[in-house]
Amino acid sequence: MEIGIYSFGDVQKDATTGELGSTAEATRNLLEAIQLADQVGLDYFGIGEHHTREMPASAATVILGAAAASTKNIKLGSAVTVLSTDDPVRVYQQFATLDALSNGRAEITAGRGSSTESFPLFGHSLNDYDALYAEKLDLLMLINESESVTWNGKFRPALNKAQVVPRPDGGSLPIWLATGGNPQSSVRAGLNGLPISYAIIGGQANRFAPLAELYRRAAAQAGVAPEKIKVSVASPGFVGEDAAKAKDFFWTHWHAVMEQLGKIRGFAPPPRFHYDKEASGDGALFAGSPEEIAERIVKLHGSLGHMRQFFQIDVGQMPHREYLRSIELFGTKVKPLVDAALGDKAKAKEANRDA
Amino acid sequence: MTPEIRSIGILGAGRVGTALARLALAAGYEVRVATARPPHEIALLLEVMAPGAEPLSVEALIATSDIVILALPLSKYRELRPELFAGKIVIDAMNYWPPTDGTIEDFERAASSSEIVQDHLAGARLVRAFNHMGYHEIEQEARPEGDPARRALAVAGNDADARAAVSGFIDRLGYDPIDAGPLMASRNFGVGTTIFGAAFDRTEMAQLLASAHQREAA
Repeated sequence: MEIGIYSFGDVQKDATTGELGSTAEATRNLLEAIQLADQVGLDYFGIGEHHTREMPASAATVILGAAAASTKNIKLGSAVTVLSTDDPVRVYQQFATLDALSNGRAEITAGRGSSTESFPLFGHSLNDYDALYAEKLDLLMLINESESVTWNGKFRPALNKAQVVPRPDGGSLPIWLATGGNPQSSVRAGLNGLPISYAIIGGQANRFAPLAELYRRAAAQAGVAPEKIKVSVASPGFVGEDAAKAKDFFWTHWHAVMEQLGKIRGFAPPPRFHYDKEASGDGALFAGSPEEIAERIVKLHGSLGHMRQFFQIDVGQMPHREYLRSIELFGTKVKPLVDAALGDKAKAKEANRDA
Repeated sequence: MTPEIRSIGILGAGRVGTALARLALAAGYEVRVATARPPHEIALLLEVMAPGAEPLSVEALIATSDIVILALPLSKYRELRPELFAGKIVIDAMNYWPPTDGTIEDFERAASSSEIVQDHLAGARLVRAFNHMGYHEIEQEARPEGDPARRALAVAGNDADARAAVSGFIDRLGYDPIDAGPLMASRNFGVGTTIFGAAFDRTEMAQLLASAHQREAA
């Protein structure tokens, strides 16, 4: 099973002043995190498009391009690209370029975006949320199928035998559909034969098991080839040597980000007991010791059959040193434990579920 | 007079709609679900996400259900045809959330989105409920009567019998219903209030609603 990391480009606090650090430095730190993730054997790094002072990772493919030149094996993707407010032609060109530079390691994850700053930034209306996404996903998939594109829609000018280059050596790019759990999105991914990425960021993680089943059944109904059917999971996580210390440490940063979000969206930040419930058992927050987190990943695999799980560690202005240390532990401790527990069983199970 | 509630019709098959469908099925109700798609297009979705719930057309669902729950994006409310809802007990589980759903002119001036929905569905006996609890909590937090961890849900609407019917439904699902009074009171548990997204038992909820009411009267 693949283990990875994702980030929105969390800005660190200045150690001496306690003020929010610079967005430029945070961008350089993010590149360093990707390089380390590659060195410690992690499989995937995703950058989630955000446009805020606290999370400035707005130009994912530029950072990933730099990472392509300074890493060897790690897959590089978006988590997610806010496709609704971008031009699918441009998105494709950028990721195909990344794919060329990284020798076939680029992936796109297309989402509607749970953060919505990009809508006013690029002149789109949130009232078109669903229609924008449907149309742009349709065009992105078409471009992935063929170099010459003829298309027309509502939100951008028509294309007539337009050439979209460069093309990936592998023929096409992996395009994942990201969803926070709306059942219709699982149906859409299944019917279109797209791999699906579940953002499981709260509540009980195994409540996504029926959605994964729905996805697989919709794909089977549409006659999608089994090798195209893939499930991945994105969730908050933090690993430290000591379980209790890791949970305490992550709580302060998770709480900070929930407080920021709550202010914008009008909800009260969840109290500690709520966090403790979700940071244990079947909960969606994967904070703890390497052994505990590996065990919880393996358990979730039993209900979802996912082939990749990747974690957002850097939230709420986490110091860079602790961030890097946690990435290291995910690679050197968690991944080997998960591999040992699942081994070939995981592959057999994934094959079974696909059949 | 409160009619006996046997069948629950849910408009919307998203996260909230399917969670409420599962809860209502577990509590022994007949459950139907409708979306803008033809019923056969949501058959697989329901078979997996809410086994036992029947896919119906919007018209058939409203006509044959004792309670209709609105669990669709609020931006779609104008597509609901008012004449279908005349006399119906309707639960509004929706919220107005500009940061994620965009600005909708109709709701910018309103203190409570439910009052705008009631204006549109003029003949419906509208009750606002379920809106202040997150969709993944709705299912996980249901508890039997008398359980010390049982949480409270606020209920507001202009028709007392409809409030009573919805309260009975909420109680059977696993929550303590707290009658907040007329629909206007639903602004006290909307987005941005103390109650929204937080957990309270029946005593705390009753106090919070009463003190909000007093502040308004003052």
